[in-house]
Amino acid sequence: MPSLPLWSQLINLLAALLLLLAFAMLTQRRVLSLIRLFAAQGFVLALSTLVVAYTTNQPDLYMSVAVTFGLKVLALPWFLHWLIRKLNVQWDIETVINIPVQMLVGIVLVIFAFNLAAPISEIAGTITKSTLGIAIASILLSFLMMIARRKAVSQVIGFLAMENGLFFAATSATYGMPLVVELGILFDVLVGTLVFGVFFFQIRETFESLDIHHLEKLKDR
Amino acid sequence: MKQASGIIFQVLQSVLVVLIAPLVLGWVNQCRAWLQNRSGPGVWQPYRVLNKLFHKDAVLAHDASLLFRSTPYILFGCMWLAVGIVPVLATSLPFAPAADVIALVGLFALARVFVSLAGMDIGTSFGTLGARREMMIGFLAEPAMLMTLFTASLISHSTSLPTIVDTLGHGELVIYPSMAFAAVAFVMVLLAENARIPIDNPSTHLELTMIHEAMILEYSARHLALVEWATSLKLTAYITIGFAIFVPWGIAQAGDWEGLLIAFAVLLVKLALAGAGLALLETVSAKMRIFRAPEFLGTAFMLATLGMLIHFLLEA
Amino acid sequence: MEILLLLGAPFAGGIVLAVWGHRRFAPELNSGMSLLTFLAACVLTARIIADGPILAWNRAFFVDPFNVFLVALTAFVAFTTSLFSRPYMRIEAHTGRLSPNRLRLYHSMFQLFTFTMLLALLTNNVGILWVAMEAATLTTVLLVSLYRTPASLEAAWKYFILCSVGIAQALFGTILLYFAAEKVLGSGGTALLWTDLNQVKGQLEPTVMSLAFVFLLVGYGTKVGLAPLHNWLPDAHAEGPTPISAVLSGLLLNVALYAVVRAKVLVEGALGNNFAGNLMMGFGLLSVVIAAFLLSRQRDIKRLFAYSSIEHMGLMTFAFGMGGALATFAGLLHMTVHSLTKSAIFFAVGHAAQKSGTQVMADIRGLIESNPTIGWGLMLGSLAILGMPPFGVFASEFMLLTAAMHQEPWATPFLLAALGVAFAAIFGKVQPMVFGKASVERLPHPPALIPVFVHLAIVLLLGLYMPPYLAEWYRQAAALIG
Repeated sequence: MPSLPLWSQLINLLAALLLLLAFAMLTQRRVLSLIRLFAAQGFVLALSTLVVAYTTNQPDLYMSVAVTFGLKVLALPWFLHWLIRKLNVQWDIETVINIPVQMLVGIVLVIFAFNLAAPISEIAGTITKSTLGIAIASILLSFLMMIARRKAVSQVIGFLAMENGLFFAATSATYGMPLVVELGILFDVLVGTLVFGVFFFQIRETFESLDIHHLEKLKDR
Repeated sequence: MKQASGIIFQVLQSVLVVLIAPLVLGWVNQCRAWLQNRSGPGVWQPYRVLNKLFHKDAVLAHDASLLFRSTPYILFGCMWLAVGIVPVLATSLPFAPAADVIALVGLFALARVFVSLAGMDIGTSFGTLGARREMMIGFLAEPAMLMTLFTASLISHSTSLPTIVDTLGHGELVIYPSMAFAAVAFVMVLLAENARIPIDNPSTHLELTMIHEAMILEYSARHLALVEWATSLKLTAYITIGFAIFVPWGIAQAGDWEGLLIAFAVLLVKLALAGAGLALLETVSAKMRIFRAPEFLGTAFMLATLGMLIHFLLEA
Repeated sequence: MEILLLLGAPFAGGIVLAVWGHRRFAPELNSGMSLLTFLAACVLTARIIADGPILAWNRAFFVDPFNVFLVALTAFVAFTTSLFSRPYMRIEAHTGRLSPNRLRLYHSMFQLFTFTMLLALLTNNVGILWVAMEAATLTTVLLVSLYRTPASLEAAWKYFILCSVGIAQALFGTILLYFAAEKVLGSGGTALLWTDLNQVKGQLEPTVMSLAFVFLLVGYGTKVGLAPLHNWLPDAHAEGPTPISAVLSGLLLNVALYAVVRAKVLVEGALGNNFAGNLMMGFGLLSVVIAAFLLSRQRDIKRLFAYSSIEHMGLMTFAFGMGGALATFAGLLHMTVHSLTKSAIFFAVGHAAQKSGTQVMADIRGLIESNPTIGWGLMLGSLAILGMPPFGVFASEFMLLTAAMHQEPWATPFLLAALGVAFAAIFGKVQPMVFGKASVERLPHPPALIPVFVHLAIVLLLGLYMPPYLAEWYRQAAALIG
């Protein structure tokens, strides 16, 4: 079996790291570790986009790399850090599903995602086509993390991780969307996180806690 | 001629590794001491301990059976065999065909069974406690270990360790992401099986927190010496299996004397780095509660399975 | 030209009101900007009717009969809502439920929300459409939680999380769409332009397109409020301030459905079979049935009408899913009349709730006796939304049922049953509220009910007599959808 060129292997390695980080997020209980993992994920994402930009000679992507790095590795983690210090949220002790079960479900999701991506990977023309399955898998894992957590901050980090996965899917299937769209998406993510932040303060003010339990009372009265 | 040099290599490897094993353990402990800002007992301490123990008189309980008395020898024999067949210094040794990864896992399992039975033999509660815990760890760690080894086997299309070494070490340089996952899983299993932090503290004296130590509380003198030696041999075996799969460069071919010297030097360097790395891992982690151990090993299993899946996705 | 004004006015309004939104003249300023937007929309509409579809700004914006009527509708309802919100918010401020700072947030977000909706409607770039939809969610989240009660915070949280997750699915669908388009159109900005995609839709890869449509339908469908993804809708529409409920129900759901229909046009061209239509019909029918049967359980008046919105959006989705000239015409007409009627109802409901100080239906009684305009507004609005002739909703529902009987006869009993159940539920609850002995007092400011009756009058007009240019307009739009 002829081996792939070095760049392909590097991207495969980074993709595997991304998936590893998504899994690691499932198992973490400390919110601080979650933020660090999210920053690491952003870094891996920026790095892989950089490799793609270099090998395919697309100067647009360099801009995307810079913005991704600035936003997801620096700005957002810093903001989340500030937020959890202000809100005094440190741990997410109880999860809705316990961690070993989460990991088993995670494996099933990964297999499902790989199956889902197989027909599309056949058609793709990029050097990164085999990583589409990993992108879908990390999206699904972040989704699992969102469902399985009790603290609002963990859910938001899960959501941001899902956006990371989507970004990676865009890069692996298509070499990245047009710059204006990518910038728009990143802007949305930034504004969304800020709105989340404002929101957390409002929740904390009213409920004295960021446990999602308090937010499950509305029913068809 | 090939045969003769092969046999010489084999004997050399077995003897060398057996002699170095306590040094590895001593090095790890010394690194731990340095990291914890202590002066430490020195890297030769395990040899002194072995020396002391061999000169003592063995004290056995009244009800100790033949099993209890023979387990240290069986344990030592298993571990010696394991390091004998793992391609530590060279591949294509006469015993190499026996170096199937599944056989190795079986060998470790055999050792585990005997030491657990010996722990329960006297009938003390700590012995039984340790035996049960050891079995739980083993039951969870074995699948993870097998998955890790399977990932490596899938890449080299064989479960024989020397073949794996040849494919990965002497083939062209390829980055395998699945191996990255498998490597992390392997390290986790190594920590669990060799009773290191975060699963078990090897230097604890609190019996209720022991796993491995609790089983061998009743041993003394030469029996204890053999058990301790076997423990260090097990650690060395695991580390060298890790080298063979993940960092196979530098291992010589049988019959190549210069290669042997280089292999020996490379091995020492690798062992030193691995020992320091292990000490670092132990220092920065805290021991987990026993009920968290399944989570830890579950994560290892998950990572190993992921590695295998990634192999199918990215490298098939 | 007009597009610049259309987008610039609300955007500028948002920024200006962010600074001055708490002043006494802020509601008037709000209405003024909305009026400006509406006038620009009228001019643009006249141009499209005269000249046909246009591409503007280096093909970044595309206006054809389908979205121009939605643009006009959006601008109109936004304008009337801003008129309604003047006295409504004054009363809220008077009773102390809202502070000046919150009013500032409200006014500026109202304008920005209009901006994002118009951007979503006018853009030619499918990616920018996504960005605008997400931005629309973001601008309204803080508005739903404006009252800072536990219930409103919960509603806003659910809204945020569920809609964001849904929108993320839509993003994945957009990525897949781009992926399919890139193969035919090449990379670079043109592969996301709807006009170009429409031209090459026959060459787009079918498997990828069907997968893309599933994600787009699930994603944007969450924002439309299709069951089973509708969980956020009753809470968000019920807990926010009434003007926001009106624009969410009346406008945002329409824009989300517009996105789905645009996607459907592309996918149908790529696949050639009815896959997209069938999915839409399935989801639509499910929404209609579920919403209709949940209506009778409601005790909060705004939640009742929120479920009614789910039901009607389900009807529209079903209509667009069926396809064909009659069904599409019915769908477009229904979009218009539903917007107008639902917002009129919410206006009346808002004032009714203000008068009685509660949203629980059992506690509101005798509205006609205490304030005839509110009472009759609510009564007529409810009759309109339930599809009584001669209101416009009857016409569109009738057309829809006729089309269904021709094309999908198996669905007709479900639709009829659901409509009947909904009628019984809503009428049964509205009637005691409107008639009966009064239990409410006067309001400190005179309520704004002109918008209610203007909307209802338009709906009545559309039911009785469809102006020919309007009919032609709908027909052109329907032809574009296929």
